Amino acid sequence: MRNIHTDVITEAVKKMCIEANLALAPDMEACIRHAAEVEDGALGKKILDSLIENMEIAKEESIPICQDTGMAVFFVEVGQDLHIEGAGLTEAINEGVRQGYRDGYLRKSVVADPLLRTNTGDNTPAIIHYDIVPGDALTITIAPKGFGSENMSKVYMLKPADGEEGIRASVLDAVKNAGPNACPPLFVGVGLGGDFELAAKLAKKALTRDADSRHPDAHIAKLEDEILDLINQTGIGPGGLGGKTTALSVKIETYPTHIAGMPLAVNMCCHVNRHRSVTL
Amino acid sequence: MNKKIQIPFDKEELKDLRAGDYVYLSGTVYSARDAAHKRMYEAVLAADSEEAKRAALPFDIRNQAIYYLGPTPAPEGHVIGSAGPTTASRMDKYTPMLLDMGLTGMIGKGKRSPEVREAVVRNGCVYFAATGGAGALLSKCIVSSEVIAYDDLGTEAIRKMEVRDFPAVVVIDSAGNNLYETAVKDYLASRK
Repeated sequence: MRNIHTDVITEAVKKMCIEANLALAPDMEACIRHAAEVEDGALGKKILDSLIENMEIAKEESIPICQDTGMAVFFVEVGQDLHIEGAGLTEAINEGVRQGYRDGYLRKSVVADPLLRTNTGDNTPAIIHYDIVPGDALTITIAPKGFGSENMSKVYMLKPADGEEGIRASVLDAVKNAGPNACPPLFVGVGLGGDFELAAKLAKKALTRDADSRHPDAHIAKLEDEILDLINQTGIGPGGLGGKTTALSVKIETYPTHIAGMPLAVNMCCHVNRHRSVTL
Repeated sequence: MNKKIQIPFDKEELKDLRAGDYVYLSGTVYSARDAAHKRMYEAVLAADSEEAKRAALPFDIRNQAIYYLGPTPAPEGHVIGSAGPTTASRMDKYTPMLLDMGLTGMIGKGKRSPEVREAVVRNGCVYFAATGGAGALLSKCIVSSEVIAYDDLGTEAIRKMEVRDFPAVVVIDSAGNNLYETAVKDYLASRK
C-alpha cells in the first residue's frame, strides 16, 4: 500500500490556493482574449479589454485577479489503496488554505456563523467534496469561488415532461436574472439529474472543466452549444453593458435520476473561473 | 464621453452626467460593504436627533462617495491589494437612508432597487459601476488607503482612500436613467 504524508498535501494545497488566485488557467485566458477580439458592443469591448489588462497586471505584480479570492472549494479523489499518514486529511487541506491565504495575501472571506457573521480570519473552513476511487492516487482540484456570481445560482426541480426546452428556458432564466450582478461574461456550470443536492454539486464541478472541452455525450454537447448561443443572444454582454459575449462557456454534468424528476442546478461563475488540479 | 470628476462631488457638476458616460474619478472615496453598512445603519437608527445621527457615522458622508469594496491585503510595498467592486444590491437596504443624509456617489457593480433609484433622483446623486473582476487593474488607481473605522471587520472595515483617475461608468444618473436598462436594448437594436 502506498503512503502519503499530510504535510505533502498541505504544501500542495497552499501552492494551489496562491496560483489559482494570481493567474487564470491558459484555457480561460484564451477564452477571454478571443471574446475581446470578436466583441462588437462598444462598452462590452471596453470591459473585455480592461479584463485582459487586469490579467496581465495580476500576473506581473502578483496581485489577485479579483479581490474576491473566494471560499476555497475542493473536489478530492482519494484512491482506496492509498494510506494517508499524519494529521486528518480534512485538517491538512484546511491548513493548506490557512497558509495559502495568509502567505499569498489573499482575502479572508469566511464567517464562522451565517447569522452572527464573525470572520474566521484565515478563510477556513474550506468546502471539500470527497470521492473514493480505485487506485492509490490522490487528486485534489481547487476552485476558489467568489460570491458575486455564487449568489445568482439557482436550483430548478424540473419534471421529465419539461424536457430540453425546460432546461434551455431555466438556464436562460437564471442568466437573465443574474444580469450584470454576476460579472459577465459568465462561465455557466449546469448540473442535470441526480437529486436536489447532487445537481448543485455537479453544477459546481462543471465549472472545473476545461473551457474548450465538450461533453462526451453528443446530445449533451449539443445542448451546451445551444444554451451558450441562446445566452449570447440576450445582449447582456460584458459587465451587463451590452454585447455578444454574455457567457464564455456552458458546461453540463449529468447523473442518473428518478423516474419522477429532472433536477437542474445552475452555478454561475464570473469570467474569473479559477481552478487548479494536482495528483499526488 | 470621457469626463474627469473630483470627489468630494459638486452636485451641480453631477447634473451634467448621463447614464453611459465614462468617467475618471479623483479624490477621496471610502470603502464600505455589507458589514460596515449594517453597522452604520443600526448606529443611525439608534440615534435620536439629527445631530446624533450624523455623529453616529464614522465620517461625514456629505458630498462623498462610498466604494463597495473589500480588498485583499496589501503586500509589502503596495498601498492596497486587489480592489475591484462588489455587488451593490446587497447594500440596497441601507442606501436610501445614507443618500438622504448626504452621501452623493456610490461605486459598485450590478443592479439597484427601485428605492435606491428614487433616492438617487431625490438627492441628485450618481451610481457608478467599475469593472467587476478587474481588482488588480483598479488597485493601480488607489494612491493611499487607511482604515478609519470598524477595524475589527477585517476586509470589511471602512477605509479612507485617495484615488486618481479611477475609471467608472455612470449607471444611474441624477435624473434616474439606468444604463443597465438602456445599454442592452441599444446593443440589440444596433444589430438589427
